[in-house]
Amino acid sequence: MDKLLEVNELTKRYSQGNVLARITLTAVDHVSFYIKPAEIFTLAGESGCGKTTTAKLVLGFEEATSGTMLHNGKMQTRREKAWITRGVQAIFQDPFSTFNPLRTVDSYFHETVRNFRLARSKQEAVDRIDQKLRLVGLTYQEFAGKYPNEFSGGQLQRISIARALVTDPKLLIADEPVSMVDASLRMSIVNLFKQLRDELGVSILYITHDLATAYYVSDRIAIMFRGNIVEMGTVEEVLMNPRHPYSQLLRDSIPQVDPEKRWTTTVTLSELEHEEYLRQGCKFAGRCPDVMDICKGVVPADIYIDDVLVKCHKYSGK
Amino acid sequence: MIEEKTVILRTEHLKAFYLLEVHGTQKTVKAVNDVDIQIYENEIYGIAGESGCGKTTLLKTLFGEIVPPLRLIDGKIFYRIDDDEVDVSRMKSEAKRKLRMEYISYIPQGSMSVFNPVLKIKGTFADFIGSHVHGQSRAEIFELARERILELGLPKNVLDVYPHQLSGGMRQRVTIALAASLNPRIMIGDEPTTALDVVVQRGVIQMLKDIQKNLKNTIVLVTHDMGVHANIADRIGIMYAGKLIEEATTEKIFAQPLHPYTQFLINSLPKFGDKSMRDSVPGSPPSLADLPTGCPFHPRCPHVKDICRQEMPNFHHLDENHKVACWLVGEA
Repeated sequence: MDKLLEVNELTKRYSQGNVLARITLTAVDHVSFYIKPAEIFTLAGESGCGKTTTAKLVLGFEEATSGTMLHNGKMQTRREKAWITRGVQAIFQDPFSTFNPLRTVDSYFHETVRNFRLARSKQEAVDRIDQKLRLVGLTYQEFAGKYPNEFSGGQLQRISIARALVTDPKLLIADEPVSMVDASLRMSIVNLFKQLRDELGVSILYITHDLATAYYVSDRIAIMFRGNIVEMGTVEEVLMNPRHPYSQLLRDSIPQVDPEKRWTTTVTLSELEHEEYLRQGCKFAGRCPDVMDICKGVVPADIYIDDVLVKCHKYSGK
Repeated sequence: MIEEKTVILRTEHLKAFYLLEVHGTQKTVKAVNDVDIQIYENEIYGIAGESGCGKTTLLKTLFGEIVPPLRLIDGKIFYRIDDDEVDVSRMKSEAKRKLRMEYISYIPQGSMSVFNPVLKIKGTFADFIGSHVHGQSRAEIFELARERILELGLPKNVLDVYPHQLSGGMRQRVTIALAASLNPRIMIGDEPTTALDVVVQRGVIQMLKDIQKNLKNTIVLVTHDMGVHANIADRIGIMYAGKLIEEATTEKIFAQPLHPYTQFLINSLPKFGDKSMRDSVPGSPPSLADLPTGCPFHPRCPHVKDICRQEMPNFHHLDENHKVACWLVGEA
């Protein structure tokens, strides 16, 4: 099978505290997944579940403690880093902090073109930038020479997507790209992702806590909880028929746009993230409605049910 | 709510503009432009709209917090206090200060900036409560704060930590507890659940609903997330470009939205089990400093008619609870 990116047993540990009282948090704990060409793959989970750390590791912003990453079946080495950066581009959460308020937005585009030597003349560069901007519904004329404050949040987010497209990447890493954008404009960004996948064959690693847009846009999804992938499979399987108790909780917590489907049950929230990270056994045991004795001591294994990976003791031995 | 409804908060032709001077030229940002709103006792009233539609400014004026460059151009704001209607826009600032926390309180969006970062949570509680409850020692105020925290289902040790030690969701819930600590009759929330993730958001909504049920007070909630409104609000007002354009009970708004903008807001949201193409609202919201003529939505409206470009429609009342300002409905 063709795999654009394959991540194996990726682990990242952070130490906190001083010499006397040091605790080690495993932010990403033996995470494995792959992304196929022209596919939107979602990493979903609540804040502090390790999804952004995973993105940083994939982008090479952070050094992994252990684990490997294969790009197109090849190991990433330092020598190939430039080639990889050209093929893997990032879009961040807050479009207002992506761009320096004192620089014009087009300077970012020209800088990217220069860095990767993508054009031989000024005109070629402008043509290339204009072509990418048209993909997101803007033109070079209406954008050249303007500062970030002259655009709305939704426009800036589309500009930052166009910026990422300048290098003709194979994979976009989008870290919460819609959470700062108004609900009414959110769909324009999400529809753009669909269009990029279908027309240009770009794969997208879509990181979000918004399961409704994840369902709408993605092909496969992985639900993360405290550094582990607890469930992974196609969106239809995972979101329409969630098996892991955490996926079920997450799925039920999305406010339905229907006043007749209000919540009738109550939820328990975690009090301290640290405690859940340091928990032995299944990290969700403290909040799980179906908790068993074994969950508190033994880390559950990865079980495959109908091609869906589930990390839960409920399904072991079945 | 079948029983007789009492209006607790009411505005009359409210106009609040920001008067700015940019490079020597006067600019008027019409953030709240002729809004008539009536909010009842014992209800949750939701205000929805895009960013930059004047939602936050409306809340500020409802709260009586009108400081330059924001100016009250026209209109009045009334609170109902002990069966008397009081015009807040004429109140002295000291009188308004006394009403805050005890009668009306505010839940802000960025909960990090609410708390003093160098004080423990209980210090902030003592500051807020101490400025309203007089003649009590600090220990008594701490005791009061602790009782409230426990009543609202938060762990009691939150009072003894610093704000940065709490997670975002817990901090937001402590902020709400602080706003509810003196049993106010009205609570105003500005996007209290935005930027929280879904499970925590559900916890916060649950908490707001519980508070409302126990105190039987009024909550005015602003958010752009229609899913949140569907879950919590009794009635919803839709705002666009500084104006209220549609208002109805939550069931009506979702079952039978009449204004094209409301229809866009509701239909653009993705639903589970339905992967059909969803479009966002075309175009972008108008600048409040440079509004289009007529109905402010006309440049983005797919059903635009000539009259829309010339005149702003009046409200058409479909029934007692449902009104809409659109030329497509009613007199047209």
